[in-house]
Amino acid sequence: MRILAIRTLVVVSLALGLVYLVWRWGWSLNLHYWWIAIPLVLAETYSLIDSGLFGMAMWRAKERPTPPAPPRDWTVDVFITTYNEGAALVGKTARAAVDIAYPHRTYILDDGNRDEMRALAAELGIEYLTRTTDWDNRPRHAKAGNLNNALFQTSGEFLLILDADQVPHAEILDHVLGYFHDETMALVQTPQWFHNVPPGDPLGSQAPLFFGPIQQGKDGWNAAFFCGTNALVRREALMQLGLREYVREQTEAVRQALDAAQSVLRSAIRTSRRRGGALSPVLNELSFAAIDAKNELRLGVPLAEVTGKFQRAAETARHTVLRQDLESMQSDLAALDLNVQLDAVALSALADREWSPLAALKTVTSLIEAINAERLHEALPIMPVATQSVTEDMATCMQLHASGWKTAYHDEILAEGLAPEDLGTATNQRLRWCQGTMQVFFRRNPLFMRGLSIPQRLMYFNTMWSYLAGFAAIVYLTAPFLYLVAGILPVKAWGYTFVEFFLPYFLANQLLFVVVGWGRPTWRAQQYSLAMFPVWIKGCWSAFRNVYFGRKLDFIVTPKERPTGAQPYPWRLVMWQAVAVATLLIGSVIGAGRLITESGGTLFGTIVNWIWVTYDVVVIGIIFTAARYRPTQEAP
Amino acid sequence: MITLTSTSEKDVTVVESTGRLTMATASDLTAVIDKAITDGAPKVIIDLAQTVFVDSTGLGALVSGLRRAREAGGDLRIVAPSEQVSTVLSLTNLDRVLFPFPDVEAARREW
Repeated sequence: MRILAIRTLVVVSLALGLVYLVWRWGWSLNLHYWWIAIPLVLAETYSLIDSGLFGMAMWRAKERPTPPAPPRDWTVDVFITTYNEGAALVGKTARAAVDIAYPHRTYILDDGNRDEMRALAAELGIEYLTRTTDWDNRPRHAKAGNLNNALFQTSGEFLLILDADQVPHAEILDHVLGYFHDETMALVQTPQWFHNVPPGDPLGSQAPLFFGPIQQGKDGWNAAFFCGTNALVRREALMQLGLREYVREQTEAVRQALDAAQSVLRSAIRTSRRRGGALSPVLNELSFAAIDAKNELRLGVPLAEVTGKFQRAAETARHTVLRQDLESMQSDLAALDLNVQLDAVALSALADREWSPLAALKTVTSLIEAINAERLHEALPIMPVATQSVTEDMATCMQLHASGWKTAYHDEILAEGLAPEDLGTATNQRLRWCQGTMQVFFRRNPLFMRGLSIPQRLMYFNTMWSYLAGFAAIVYLTAPFLYLVAGILPVKAWGYTFVEFFLPYFLANQLLFVVVGWGRPTWRAQQYSLAMFPVWIKGCWSAFRNVYFGRKLDFIVTPKERPTGAQPYPWRLVMWQAVAVATLLIGSVIGAGRLITESGGTLFGTIVNWIWVTYDVVVIGIIFTAARYRPTQEAP
Repeated sequence: MITLTSTSEKDVTVVESTGRLTMATASDLTAVIDKAITDGAPKVIIDLAQTVFVDSTGLGALVSGLRRAREAGGDLRIVAPSEQVSTVLSLTNLDRVLFPFPDVEAARREW
């Protein structure tokens, strides 16, 4: 019944949205002020697409029946990941983990290599794991690295992953393991719920809309997300992923070496032609061999065969050249360091050199030989948990789906954790999520990822798309201000036409939210999606710079030591929101003045924009409440 | 369960693996490969003719063995995988990196 109501509302609100937008694009653009009219209509289009994706998720929202009971002989490892959390906090989680009813082994994965954690594990009679020496002086990959390190020192068929603060219920395994009767099930995610959140949830920590309708909706399309903790994972699925990634990276290394070989050859051919060209046919032939080799790579021929064949071609070429041309240019070789990572810079350096044929061939041979060397800059050859993003969970899950595995969302709170207790920490957390998601978007766009079904692509894309809200927010905040202070009207409409088109769409949309989140507080999430606009913009921008220009990811500086007693109001965290609210309020006053003095603006237009401003201010206002919030007691 | 018998001749070690190479037994294989490397015979041939079952963790042990063997100036080759093993190898594309040789002699020939 509920699903029928939801589907009806999805259809109605999307239809009304479509009508509204057709009218906006076709009949109401005020091109006289195109510089705000176009951004506004784009922002509105953005929002409709967002609603469309949301509606698509809700269409198949899946409430799963209780799975069958698991057999008693499956082996399960419980991983508690910690980096710097105290012994009291980790101890509470570890004790609860020991008490989980289904037979299992409990491990503390201590990324901090701390004696107090060793002592805690010994006291509770559980296992303690820290990084092996393989990780010394190599990239550690944060939590993904911590999990990968543990994967190779343990052997349970299933892994329950818990952040240090996530205290599990005793029945967690009994309730969730049953899903794995389905042999293609890779992962089951349960909700994240926080027990230290006060009524009203000023920091917007609980995510009842996400851990509920949204996950159920994604689950309906076999796209339930992995959220890094409170999830049960099948080891075989993770390991297979690691192996595939390993092969992919090895193949990529061969391809890069062949690219490098080609550019060396091209440059040698140029040099040779300038000097008479006697040898260019030999070099040309080897160039073709490189092209053949790359084609074979694409077709899936074993790497050793591809490189072996090319190597022999290079050897033959070298003999021919040796016979014809004995003057070699050793100096060419001396300058070249083959241990460097092949990147764009190294490649162009290779291409820019002047090569004698012999030196070129020698270099080509060495390039191909060098790839037999393993990826020694990484601690482990196989990294089952993805390491290319700060949100390892999303990247890993996407690859699981792409290789045909299933995931499930189990809508029952089976672990309780600690939410951030001040706006600074909460903001930083959201920033990381945004950055990580956008990193995945830029590195491995789900829309073009092979192996994912179309709905799966859209479900991943939905999450990324929603992080672009910050850019739309700027437009939504600017437009009413412009009207109130200068009478600039981006929408060309007479009288109530605008209201007639807009209001039904807006109301249907809000109604959909109410029905979808029935009995769950969803307003907070809506507020934060607008109120955190500076964070989303910063997140998207820094992820973009990180992926394309190799810059470090920005983060927000928060005070390490929380001062006791009175704390100053964290103006810096809410600076942009304060600017926005102040501007809008000033604009409203000016608008009133213009109306009274009859220097501009219609009563109707001013009222519409006042309503708009009120909505913006009420929604953003939560951030100022959040900034003032202090926990009443120490976290237990 | 798994039984691993290894014989070394000059720098080549041949490991016969009998039984199931899985997450429960992968560490045994790792230990045998490590020993071959420290004993100075880092060209390792894993004979899988009698290995009836392998999972991804087992394959993972082969890959980390490959890496350590190469680090020590050797290599790792696999021989005569059964049908099940071949299936897992191609499922993970690993047969592109660890190409199976038909028998121990063939694997030894090019060294």
